[in-house]
Amino acid sequence: MSTSKRKHRNVGIIGCGMSVFSSHREEVNQPEMIHEAVAEALADAGITLADVDCVVHGNMELFEMVHQPDMWHSLGSGVVGKSGLRLTTGGTTGMTLACAADNLVASGLHDVVLAIGFEKLQEGHTTGGISNMADPLWGRKLQAGALTGTTAQAMIDEFGKERACDAAMKLRIIMDEHAALNDKAHRSFGLERRYIKELTENSPPLVGELRMIHMCSQSDGACAVIFAAPHKIKEWNANPAWVVDHETVHREENVVFTGTKSTHRVASERLFARNGITNPREQLDVFEMYDPSAWWGLDWLREFLLLEGDEHLKMVENDEIGIQGTFPVNPSGGVMASNPIGATALVRVAEAALQVRGTAGRHQVPKEVKRALASGFGGTLWSVLMLLARDEPQGASQ
Amino acid sequence: MALSQRVGICAVAQTTFSPNRWEERVQGLVWDVVKSVKDAVGLGFEEGGIEASITVSDDLFDARTISDNAVTDVVGAHFRGEEKVAADGAQGVYYGVSTILSGHHDVVLLAGHCKESQAASRNQITHLAFDPFFTRPLGLDYLAAAALQAQAYLARSGVTEMQLADLVMRSRHWAARNPVAQEQSRITVEEILSAPMLADPIRASFMYPVSDGAIAMVLASEERARDLCDNPVWITGLGNSHDAFYLGERDLSRAKSLEEAAQRAYRMADIDTPGTAFDVVEIADQYAHQLPLYAEALGLCNDGAAWLREGGPDAQQVNHSGGMLAGNPLMLGGLARVAECVLQLQGKAGGRQVPQAHCAVAQGATGPAGQLQTVVVLENDL
Repeated sequence: MSTSKRKHRNVGIIGCGMSVFSSHREEVNQPEMIHEAVAEALADAGITLADVDCVVHGNMELFEMVHQPDMWHSLGSGVVGKSGLRLTTGGTTGMTLACAADNLVASGLHDVVLAIGFEKLQEGHTTGGISNMADPLWGRKLQAGALTGTTAQAMIDEFGKERACDAAMKLRIIMDEHAALNDKAHRSFGLERRYIKELTENSPPLVGELRMIHMCSQSDGACAVIFAAPHKIKEWNANPAWVVDHETVHREENVVFTGTKSTHRVASERLFARNGITNPREQLDVFEMYDPSAWWGLDWLREFLLLEGDEHLKMVENDEIGIQGTFPVNPSGGVMASNPIGATALVRVAEAALQVRGTAGRHQVPKEVKRALASGFGGTLWSVLMLLARDEPQGASQ
Repeated sequence: MALSQRVGICAVAQTTFSPNRWEERVQGLVWDVVKSVKDAVGLGFEEGGIEASITVSDDLFDARTISDNAVTDVVGAHFRGEEKVAADGAQGVYYGVSTILSGHHDVVLLAGHCKESQAASRNQITHLAFDPFFTRPLGLDYLAAAALQAQAYLARSGVTEMQLADLVMRSRHWAARNPVAQEQSRITVEEILSAPMLADPIRASFMYPVSDGAIAMVLASEERARDLCDNPVWITGLGNSHDAFYLGERDLSRAKSLEEAAQRAYRMADIDTPGTAFDVVEIADQYAHQLPLYAEALGLCNDGAAWLREGGPDAQQVNHSGGMLAGNPLMLGGLARVAECVLQLQGKAGGRQVPQAHCAVAQGATGPAGQLQTVVVLENDL
């Protein structure tokens, strides 16, 4: 596992599109909302639907209660007459779609693949939908959506209440500042750093020190990303973010062995080992993390970056993760800003690609982006990572 | 475009298909077939073993958000990779091939499950595939969509109800020779034609029965496949295609997306004359009328009614498994067809074996009246 993953041919991301993200997209139906993202991705790539030969689609169908929604969504996805696939893995769906699109292009089966993730959470009950994930015999009566109170308590136990709470709220405020720079972001409140203590204290508690303000949003939205083969990229003179590698790490649902490594750390270890990344904070230029809450975002920074001790807290305390910092995290505002679940992980890939391509607009990080990391999260702490690069990877067999 | 290299199927396993496996959870069904294929190739999930898992299932049929979360452990995905294809299982084969041809993996496990018996009504589930504004208020479900398709096809082709009844009897004949088939008992014309009319012209006897089961396969790159078994079955062609969603925008008397999917798969497999190319044909006949309709779209014949009259299904060795009419859950219809082709091409089809079979085609369908169609061409080394 010491060399980069073998690949038949390289794959580049040449177009990214997102619909308007909002809590209520009542003015559009599902295919119309998807069409917004598809049209923007095609325009970004400078191609038309006729140039696409496969559409990969995914979401979590029990949120909207639409069975095999790629059928109806063909009205907005443009898949009619083309190849199509539907892959779903819960919250990681968007990242699985990106991995699938990479596989489909690298395999030679398709030259141009359009990946579409979407969710219209307004049309269902999000926490009910998530709780329905638990095993009906063993876990369903215990599951409380995706509330993450245990992480807050563990961090308070490890670092003391004041430091842990301040770091979590600082991360939350930085994400809010980033969201203010992103025209697509669903939420930006204008949180101010000087009120860090008041923001924590005044937000309704959900579980212990996990408070409403720490949680991700609940959004309607769609994301579309176009993956293309090298000869198409050359032909169209496109501006690609190359897919270097990806790693998927799932976990069994019921048994939690204390002391085991997190899936995030395992995914990073494998991905970094294959790609010669020994110092991720030096070798990666930006990180788009699927951060479902400020506490998880804070805790997972340590896991993804293979840090020990309180290094991750220091990164937040020292503003390293800010857009102007040495290691920008979620210049888009991340998942606390926008969370249309089936699209969310694909948005991480899209945002990482925008940064690599230098087309992120007001939230472009003010430095050269050679390599970007994107993460997806879902299921029972499932983790999927994708590594993107400015330079075309070497070593593909074709 | 020809495939850059071949992907081999090294082992397949199917549960017995049954109308109600109440005594077994989906995890148990999946583990039975996963263990079987794992043992057949002598691999586990260790380094150098099975590298990744692809599952096939559906959240609505399982009434469970992230239905693959239920089987993470039994498909060996604890701290490993798993990806779920939420469509007919033939789509899982399509995706599985891409993960190997991409160069990312050499050995991949594919496992699908579905327990239709858990749903109060299959129509209640497939009703939810229709958009809530225009088509759901009409009460459409996949059965109703198939009935509209049947009306259109019977009107165009002249296929008669008696010919459909013959197909049901033929399905039972072959199912009796397939140990995993569900509907093996003999049935008379009178019983078939007196079965309740579900949605004119589809009688209960013309529709695939409620079925529970699981299927697993091991897919491998050409090099690894030869190590893992004596007679790998090669996937030489793949194609899929979407038709329009609104039934009114389609010519329901034809299966356009299946024609397109077949063209893609045949081009890849270098097949010019599908009418004579295949020794084994497996069609996902969710409803009896789809057998001749899909045979036309696959290029096996031009005129379905004449094809049935002239004994086409027997001459072209169609659905020796018994087909979907003998019982497979919706999500596994195409995957069961691929599994049967593999067994035939490995010479493991027992009393229904096609002698000297070399080239096979399997078809699967997803969505209302077969909106999304998948075609897989398979060959052995003979």
